Amino acid sequence: MLTMSEPHFRQPLLKTPFHERSRALSQVDSFVPWSGYTTVDVFTTVEQEYFAIRNATSVYDLTPMVKYRIAGPDALRFLNRLMTRDLRKLAPGKVAYSVWCDDSGHLIDDGTVFCLAANEYRLCTGERQLDWLCASSIGFDVEIAEVTEEVAALAVQGPTSCALLRALGLDGVERLKPFELGQFELATLPIMVSRTGFTGDLGYELWMRTADAERVWDALMEAGRSRGVRPIGSRALNIARIEAGFLLPNLDFVSASHTLRIGSERSPLELGLGWLVDFGKGHFTGRRALLREQQRGPERLLVGLDIEGNKAAHNALLYADRAGRTQVGSVTSAAWSPTTKRNLALAMVDAPHFATGATVWAEIYLNRELVWQRRMARARIVERPFYAPPRRRATPPADF
Amino acid sequence: MSMVAARNTRYDCIVVGGGHNGLVCAAYLARGGRSVLVLEAAGQVGGAAVTREFAPGFRVSACAHLLHLMPGTLMRELGLSAQGLKFAAEQLPTTALSSDGLHLSLGAEGLTQRAPADVTAFAEWQGLAQRLAGALQPLLAEAPPRLGTGAWRERALLARLGWHIRRLGKRDMRELLRIGGMNVQDLLEERFESPLLKGALALNAVLGTNLGPRSPGTVAALLYRVAAGGGREALAQPQGGLGGLSDALARVATAAGVQIRTQAVVKRILVSADRASGVVLASGEEIAADVVVSSADPKTTFLGLLGVEHLDAGFVRRVTQLRTRGLAAKLHLALERLPQFAGLETQALRGRLLLAPSTDYIERAFNHAKYGEFSAAPMLEITLPTLADPTLAPPGKHVLSAIVQYAPYSLRSGWEGERQRFTDLVIDTIAGFAPELRACVHSAELLTPPDIEREFRITGGHWHHAELALDQFFMVRPVPGAAQYRAPVAGLYLCGAGCHPGGGVMGVAGRNAARQVLREAA
Repeated sequence: MLTMSEPHFRQPLLKTPFHERSRALSQVDSFVPWSGYTTVDVFTTVEQEYFAIRNATSVYDLTPMVKYRIAGPDALRFLNRLMTRDLRKLAPGKVAYSVWCDDSGHLIDDGTVFCLAANEYRLCTGERQLDWLCASSIGFDVEIAEVTEEVAALAVQGPTSCALLRALGLDGVERLKPFELGQFELATLPIMVSRTGFTGDLGYELWMRTADAERVWDALMEAGRSRGVRPIGSRALNIARIEAGFLLPNLDFVSASHTLRIGSERSPLELGLGWLVDFGKGHFTGRRALLREQQRGPERLLVGLDIEGNKAAHNALLYADRAGRTQVGSVTSAAWSPTTKRNLALAMVDAPHFATGATVWAEIYLNRELVWQRRMARARIVERPFYAPPRRRATPPADF
Repeated sequence: MSMVAARNTRYDCIVVGGGHNGLVCAAYLARGGRSVLVLEAAGQVGGAAVTREFAPGFRVSACAHLLHLMPGTLMRELGLSAQGLKFAAEQLPTTALSSDGLHLSLGAEGLTQRAPADVTAFAEWQGLAQRLAGALQPLLAEAPPRLGTGAWRERALLARLGWHIRRLGKRDMRELLRIGGMNVQDLLEERFESPLLKGALALNAVLGTNLGPRSPGTVAALLYRVAAGGGREALAQPQGGLGGLSDALARVATAAGVQIRTQAVVKRILVSADRASGVVLASGEEIAADVVVSSADPKTTFLGLLGVEHLDAGFVRRVTQLRTRGLAAKLHLALERLPQFAGLETQALRGRLLLAPSTDYIERAFNHAKYGEFSAAPMLEITLPTLADPTLAPPGKHVLSAIVQYAPYSLRSGWEGERQRFTDLVIDTIAGFAPELRACVHSAELLTPPDIEREFRITGGHWHHAELALDQFFMVRPVPGAAQYRAPVAGLYLCGAGCHPGGGVMGVAGRNAARQVLREAA
């Protein structure tokens, strides 16, 4: 945390409240910047951490996620004009994933909205949004405050995560359905738990006061010892989120607030997030532009690819033909999926080549001891998510 | 005029606001075959082009007090003279007042007498200004084009504008590009010697704006005035004041089939299925229409009448960023008799008297306004309308009407405690040229920008509804996304001075908006 004795210019990257605990467990000293914080890329090995997500319990520090408190008599009206989804349906105790757009219907960011009480919300996003939130608040009686530094957060994800939280005394946590939240006590510390996450697996996110962060961490590690708990970095999480088919800003799309080149913005329809756009709820920012786009039909679509071979198709260009004469798109995220044993990718593909079941060709470059080779690999367009275990929805989850 | 409308009738078009632009728009719409209802909040039509009593028996053009921007073609098309528009005076002379009594009458004769060195330069400037204005006029006459649509009409408009500028020839085109973004002070220093002449031309550039002579873009403001005025400085005083013009416009509209209701305050524009569907009045009465055209200023229309929840956030932010704060006050004096103005003939008194003896004088007056104070020595445009039109006052008595700059909308010390002090200061300033003025004053009325905001329902009390500057002009007036009179909500249009090409009392925005509606809306 930033302290008065250390002015910000001496500390270009902030430390999360879990930093000292993370540093102690980091074996490879691999830290990366994220939203102004230094965060762990890998603790031990990517594989070990990945399998903690899928086979045990992983703990991931998501404090750098930007958090806003949005409250006031017009909070719901404000959010409903900001977001593409109809949040009138979001009752207290529920969470919704949504996106928001600029006037042209281009995606600014995605995030989760936590309804804490009537007209009191928390918005959790990847990037800072205060300017756009303030612009959107003109004419609404609503207060917006950033609370990123006040709220520490951990993602506790994996098949044994529910059992672990129950072992910590969070009675009733097993009754939380996906996208529900509840208030609990962990050894007298108040803690908010939401059944949300970025892994596509059974999992929870824990929200606590910054001052309580280390005690919560210690309790998780202690109780998790017999349940295979393991802190994870962002690289293992990235594989899991690709398997789950989730998008990452700046990899799968660039926010319309940051794009410089005309045409590099993306609309939710192009990103396959049309299911988040509710044209029937009344006006929201970008609605008219999105309606026109829907009537025209999308020019490109973000799709899932199942690619032959086992070499991840990082940054691959996609072609309509094996000879590579007609480019029809490019890969945005790629990974070999250890659980599904498939070579997966998310890719932006031009119309009309994006139909599910269609085939495109990925141009993959292979580095064989500094001898580069080019492979044209057949890639099938498939439905997302690539991996969706029933346990992610099961309520109550299985005990361990 | 008919003030009675059948209740529960559905109209093709409702025009919100019965100012001159609203009336012009309504008349064109009705002539285009639409059923039209005009809803005016005040007790009489006219908006800021209105004549009203300000002291028992004394009437005055309460906001705008001269007519010089309404194109002759528009007035002929509407047939205003057939509907009773008369002028008490036309081709009004302009006199620049000097404290030494050696006033300068703007024109070849006056210059020969007082500023012989500037005679040729002034003629050259007038020639250049008229040529440039001629090239810019097509830009004012039409709805601004939209870029990037590829539509034939938009391309043709841009091509025509380019052609008009190209046709100026190399020398004038270069000069236009050179001076287009300049400040008027630098331009005047280049061309003229007489401080009175420079002051008078600078006043023309900054009148009704938030600018001083050294502010960038003031040459553009001066060229705008020449271009909008049809290339000539033809000032006219309608019989009965500016209200005489509005009454004639109302008769033209009524004759075309328009229904006009006064004291009908529109509270909200109704929207259903993302389309404007009518209005609701302060009384609660709802009136349905296929198209709503608002002559109210953009902030009132979008933030007040329509409501932000029907608009995109970026658009709303642009609307709130519009510069709409007025800096001009209006002084009305009821005079028991006409005071003597030293060194001025009656003919000059019938015209426009400018108190702006140098560009520095104006800039100093402007300095105060930058910091929320009123000018210690204000710049004035003075008229004595009763000399040409005695009907405005009881027999033998007179009215003085002056535009006073600078009087900031947000006076730091607040207007309530300062109103009398500023009124006295302005009267004393004028009395410097007419020593008996104080003794002649029967009563005085000062309208500050907040008063203008209240009385004429203009956000910020800015005559032009939004500052006329290059960044709020043409394809970005009032804001991108509404520059073709069309609001983002289908069926809602704008037709007021906040739209291209702006105002004073011009009427072109009203006509252009009507044409746009007739082109687009069934």
